[in-house]
Amino acid sequence: MISTSLIPCGQYKTSYAKDTTLFETPVSRAFCVAGVVLLLALPQLGVSNYHLTLLIQIGYLSIAALGLNILVGSTGQISLGHAGFFGFGAFASAWLNNKFGVPVLLAMPLAAVMTTGLGLLFGIPAGRLKGLYLAIATFASQFILEDFFARADWFSGGSSGAMAGTASLFGFDITGDRAYFYVVLFWLVTMVLLGSNLLRSRDGRAFVAVRDHYLSAEVMGINLTKYRILSFGISSFYAGLGGALYGHYLGFVSAEGFTILLSIQFLGMIIIGGMGSVMGTLMGTAFMVLLPEVLEIGFGGIRAVAGDVAWLTSGLAYAKQASIGLAIILFLIFEPDGLVHRWKLIKSYWKLYPFSY
Amino acid sequence: MAAATPVLEVRNVSLGFGGVRALTEVSFHVNKGELFSIIGPNGAGKTSMLNCISGRYTPTAGRVFLEGRDVTPLSPNQRATLGIGRTFQNLALFGHMSVLDNIMVGRHHLLKNNFLTGSVYWGGAQSEELRHRRKVEDIIDFLEIPHIRKAHAGTLPYGLRKRVELARAMAVEPKIILLDEPMAGMNLEEKEDMARYIVDLNEEWGMTVVMIEHDMGVVMDISHRVIVLEFGRKIADGLPDEVMNNERVKVAYLGVEDDEGPQAGAVA
Repeated sequence: MISTSLIPCGQYKTSYAKDTTLFETPVSRAFCVAGVVLLLALPQLGVSNYHLTLLIQIGYLSIAALGLNILVGSTGQISLGHAGFFGFGAFASAWLNNKFGVPVLLAMPLAAVMTTGLGLLFGIPAGRLKGLYLAIATFASQFILEDFFARADWFSGGSSGAMAGTASLFGFDITGDRAYFYVVLFWLVTMVLLGSNLLRSRDGRAFVAVRDHYLSAEVMGINLTKYRILSFGISSFYAGLGGALYGHYLGFVSAEGFTILLSIQFLGMIIIGGMGSVMGTLMGTAFMVLLPEVLEIGFGGIRAVAGDVAWLTSGLAYAKQASIGLAIILFLIFEPDGLVHRWKLIKSYWKLYPFSY
Repeated sequence: MAAATPVLEVRNVSLGFGGVRALTEVSFHVNKGELFSIIGPNGAGKTSMLNCISGRYTPTAGRVFLEGRDVTPLSPNQRATLGIGRTFQNLALFGHMSVLDNIMVGRHHLLKNNFLTGSVYWGGAQSEELRHRRKVEDIIDFLEIPHIRKAHAGTLPYGLRKRVELARAMAVEPKIILLDEPMAGMNLEEKEDMARYIVDLNEEWGMTVVMIEHDMGVVMDISHRVIVLEFGRKIADGLPDEVMNNERVKVAYLGVEDDEGPQAGAVA
């Protein structure tokens, strides 16, 4: 594996603070800031509503996937119930807003806190179970939550679902994709920052230590049970927040949206993006959301050349479904470290060119 | 020194796994500032003994005291917090973390920032992290591993991994540090380096060391006191020279001809 720290020459770090920055070089930091500024400007630059929808989708799914990556990628716990927590966040936020009139912008983080509590509860088995057994335990939590959504009329509206109100700030309604985009972007940037900071401080290291060698982690003074359960809690916070953003974006939450399929898709995102990597999560989520779109464009291209063939239209639907699965398999075989590793390889190739070693 | 409470006291510790008796009523104590070695043939229960001290195993009988405090019922992480650090016989580094992070994990119980303050980072957590980074750098300097600071621990060669593991155990700032075969599988040069680190650790850093080691030359040269285990029982305890000349130890280590057996056993 190529060394992860390929620092360009001229980078002299003269203090420990400079050696623990989030960005390796001022250039990468500038790129990232420029990216956020570009995103801020995007709605004003005449991007179509459809593309904005995709970006918003990437946003809230990324937040939830980031939580899963802290749990699965960093702490090494497996979870097949992430969609349940995602859904709980959506319902909880709508519930807080409908029942108690909590403003939507406040209800979203509150819902995330509620989901954290739930995650800590469902995380208790993780204190004792590992591997496949834990997978089945979280699988159970997925079904418990799904069933809860369908039955708890007081909370989720049962089978008819719940209306999720629109957000408003200082009396102005945040309606439409253009305005909501900023809400999602704000939370995405915040959560990415919090997540990255977590991973470079004490508890983040403890998570990775538990993943890499739990026995020696324990001898280093890390309470395994505490950190395994805590990891579930933190991951649920992210899931709940992502879910709340999703609910208020659609304006309507229904139990059908949070099946095991979505849980698997979250896992797909972090596998494709790169386990344990914050940037990888963003890449993987974008990949998952954009892959069907790319296929659509590709099929559109074929259609333009070959004319409207019947099997193309039906084939597209299959291809969209199959492509995600195929992508996961191909990544597992050829790039198990995910897109983020591939990106590092490309960067180092570029830096070292023409000497590839 | 003799009057003070020993840093570590093991009192009548027995350990059984089903029908196997790994340890039988072993007692010893380690004084502050001592470099103490446990030796014995393979399967004698040396690592089991360390595991009883570090908390991986709970003894079936007997107690373990750290500075007079009974730590027998405590879990490994609680004992680490109280001041027991250790390395492992089979490497147990966090393979996907950098060397620096590996050592920083050792300071887990000394750091105060948690997932909330750590996530916010700026204000508090950062300055704390940097303060501890400075301490970690001292250890890195001492063990001469600054060149691999940022390397992933899993990619390092064996000898360096052993050193990183020692660094990680030192970062705990333990009252007593347990080294499980720190020199196993090393060549002569690496052994000499490691012996020097252990002596310096003891003399310069003032750490109390308990070491399991098979290389008799090293053990006899650097240890202050040695105990010998055989089949889970303590058969000798004393200065290196005394132990070396003990007949039972000779039998345990070198073995005897069949007809000499009872004779040699009778001497001890």
